[in-house]
Order: sequence, then structure tokens, then C-alpha cells
Amino acid sequence: MAVTVSIPTILRTHTGGEKQVSAQGATLAEVIDHLEANHGGLKSRLVKEGTLHRFVNVYVNDEDVRFSGGLAASIADGDNVTILPAVAGG
Amino acid sequence: MVAHARRDHPDEACGILAGPEGSDEPQRIIEMLNAARSPTYYQFDATEWNVVYREMSGKDEEPVVIYHSHTATEPYPSRTDIARAGEYAQFLAPPHYVLIGTRDPDRHELRSYRILDGEVTEEPVEVVPG
Repeated sequence: MAVTVSIPTILRTHTGGEKQVSAQGATLAEVIDHLEANHGGLKSRLVKEGTLHRFVNVYVNDEDVRFSGGLAASIADGDNVTILPAVAGG
Repeated sequence: MVAHARRDHPDEACGILAGPEGSDEPQRIIEMLNAARSPTYYQFDATEWNVVYREMSGKDEEPVVIYHSHTATEPYPSRTDIARAGEYAQFLAPPHYVLIGTRDPDRHELRSYRILDGEVTEEPVEVVPG
């Protein structure tokens, strides 16, 4: 499954400045592993101890993956994956 | 921003001033839902944030300012605000953080800060004609 991943500004240091990169995988976890293989350093920004960081939002198309299985979320060919920080405060 | 904060009082209001990437120039306001609907906490609705971000990204815009209100306390970044700002800065360019205080019904307070590496620095606010 080939997907397009939108990379937020600061993480573009890991993608040579590219705003969007392609990756492969049947689940979000596989996509992130594939990203890490080509753009080392990304995975640790997204995943901690086998789950997504609490303050990172990852979307597959329009869906926040927290509601579709997290790292186990299934990925279809042509999906768009977006990475954003959660925005919150007190 | 002040009108939004007043409207949502006593819950915290939150939103974005968007501008061209790298310009440091806020040009338009995007009022966001506070998914927490709380007088002491705010959180962008995750789904709305994705839609708004993609729209900004498509126009080569970014959040220049992220604002929220404090409805009972001083408009100064809380420990939670500082912690979340640190995480945000690992993903997107650190914005200006504008806080609006609505504890006084007759007189609002509006202050702006940079929050970098856990350090808060207040900065002056200049209102210019739109």
C-alpha cells in the first residue's frame, strides 16, 4: 500500500525539507517503520513504548487514528497520512 | 479574539491567527472549537484541526498566533500551556501565544508571549488597521 505522508515543518529536517513523502504499509505501524527506514529519526517523534505519543495527532485521510485503532489502524492504497501536534493548554 | 473569548466565557476560547509561512504576519482569524469545553482547559478539536491545517497548508499558511483565554486567572501561560508549547514546537514552528483574560467583565486583558525551551517571554502587542 503506497501512501502519502504530510510532514509538519519541524520534522522536515528528517525528510530533506520535503513537505510530503511516500511510504508503504498495511497498518500505520508499518508505515511509520517504513518512514523510519528512509527518514531516520521520525519514529521516536511519533511513537513511545509501542503507542503513539499522547500529544501527537495522526490522521488517515479525515480520521484521527485514535478512533480507528491507533498504530494498528489499517491503511489503504492512496491514503493520505497527516501528522500534527495536539494543541492544548490550561 | 476578544469577542470570541467573551462569547465563550466562562469556558476558555481558542483559535489561530494564520499568515503566510515564515512571514510572522497574522492575517486572518480562525476560531477553533474548544473540545474540552472547560473553564480551565482548552484543546483544539482534533478533526477540525486537521481540516484547518490542510486548508492553511494548501495556501502556504501557518499558525502565526495561537490564542486562548483565561477566564478566572491572570493571562499568563500556565504550566500546562508551557508543557504543551514545548511539544508543539517539536512539530510546527513556534507561534506567538496570545492570552486573553476575561475575569473582569468590563475590561479585557490581552497579552502575547513566546514560549521557547520552557521559557516564557512577554512581547508587546501592536494593533494595526486591518
